[in-house]
Amino acid sequence: MAIDIYKINPEFRDIMPKEIIDLEENATWAQNQKKPRGIKEMPDTKEILEEHSLCAGCPEAAALRYVLAALPKPEETIIVNSTGCTSLMFPHIALHTVHSLFGNQNAVATGIKRVLDWRFPDIEKDVVVLAGDGATVDIGLDYTLQSFFRQENITTICFDNEVYANTGGQESGATPKGQVFKMAPTGKKFEKVKMWELATTAGCHYTMNMTASAPKAVAKAVREAILVAREIGPTFLNIYTPCILEIGLSANEGLGEMKDQDKDRFASYKFVSPEAEEFLKKCKEEGKL
Amino acid sequence: MANQGPAYYSPYPTALYEGVSTPVEGKAILLDKEVDEETAMREIAKQMLTKENATIFPGPQVLYSYSDEARKKAALIKEMAEVLNAKMIPMYDYRPKYPKIDAEIEINPNHPNLTIWHNDIKAAIFIGVHCHYANVALKMVRCETDCYTIAMCALSGHEDAMATIRDQHASDLEQFIKIAREVKAELKL
Repeated sequence: MAIDIYKINPEFRDIMPKEIIDLEENATWAQNQKKPRGIKEMPDTKEILEEHSLCAGCPEAAALRYVLAALPKPEETIIVNSTGCTSLMFPHIALHTVHSLFGNQNAVATGIKRVLDWRFPDIEKDVVVLAGDGATVDIGLDYTLQSFFRQENITTICFDNEVYANTGGQESGATPKGQVFKMAPTGKKFEKVKMWELATTAGCHYTMNMTASAPKAVAKAVREAILVAREIGPTFLNIYTPCILEIGLSANEGLGEMKDQDKDRFASYKFVSPEAEEFLKKCKEEGKL
Repeated sequence: MANQGPAYYSPYPTALYEGVSTPVEGKAILLDKEVDEETAMREIAKQMLTKENATIFPGPQVLYSYSDEARKKAALIKEMAEVLNAKMIPMYDYRPKYPKIDAEIEINPNHPNLTIWHNDIKAAIFIGVHCHYANVALKMVRCETDCYTIAMCALSGHEDAMATIRDQHASDLEQFIKIAREVKAELKL
């Protein structure tokens, strides 16, 4: 049934706007694809994110587009999000999204995943958490880590902009030491929390720290993380999506900032557990990657 | 009571606050009166046939082909629109539109009044809209427009509509179309 909710009844086809007809005909639903979904098709196909209300040039919006383009099975995916800049984008996604209370996202995702497994035992349903660093590293740290400890089959993606951006610029646990913001005028007193290392220690089978500067790399990580979460256990991606407004950059400088940080705070970190590695090798042989 | 608006651009007091609640099984509500379903269907048909720019707003539960019931209802709604000489404007999903909707061809539950103002709609049927969004949309329409709203609900109805009938499945829509044809003949339209 999941894909059927995008099929328009013929009686109404003539009154539906073009973007909805496009969604049915030109979006890359996994069911209609021979190859795994990816970012290569983005220019020619209908994106699942219709539009967004983030700032012009916001790297978070670009990252979300890469993530959505790489979901292995969007029609069977539920996205759980939390309060933050990301929550301004989620209402625009043409997928099931659940907005949880601030910080609760991994607890909510756990419940959804368990019920889906019980209700649809024969269908692979993916639950993906997408939240900012405030929700993941600060307010929701307990729920996030507990879901890793419990080995829940969910993928957690943190859009790390190193600040509480949409409330005016307060420092978060992910803010680097010494950083000054409008609402943190004396500068942060302690080091950035390395959430990716915590995730690995807490039991994630696939953990990455990266920026969104390379779309292909983001798409690959998303695909692998979701497949591992489906079969093995929790996975975590920490993706740097700087808030250009809060760090004083203009709309066209986000990509440059991410590229700079590729060699600094967000130098590539990747952990794959032996089970996950074996499983990914199998996926590659089967053409799932 | 579920007065026709405008109620000074405020969604309050809601119909429920004024003592109007959803109808009991087998009954319908016209403004604040509980009536038989057939009486309500006649009044609904009359309103749709006589008011300016009558429009049907089909929601996701009937627009998409995800079940036999949805497919049956789609065909019946199309027939209903022809009988009532009504236009159809889809409420195809509930995502907020950015930067704004095209009020000519679509309706969004987050600001349904825009479509009603733009098209000068004086009577409208909401059908196939999920209840939580129908509740939001009907409250806004009730307070910000003078549109006669009709909720044809598959569950228990909506008190903020001027007319609401409940448990409307495909067979009930057939019955409504039959009644609408009779009313149309009586009105010599």
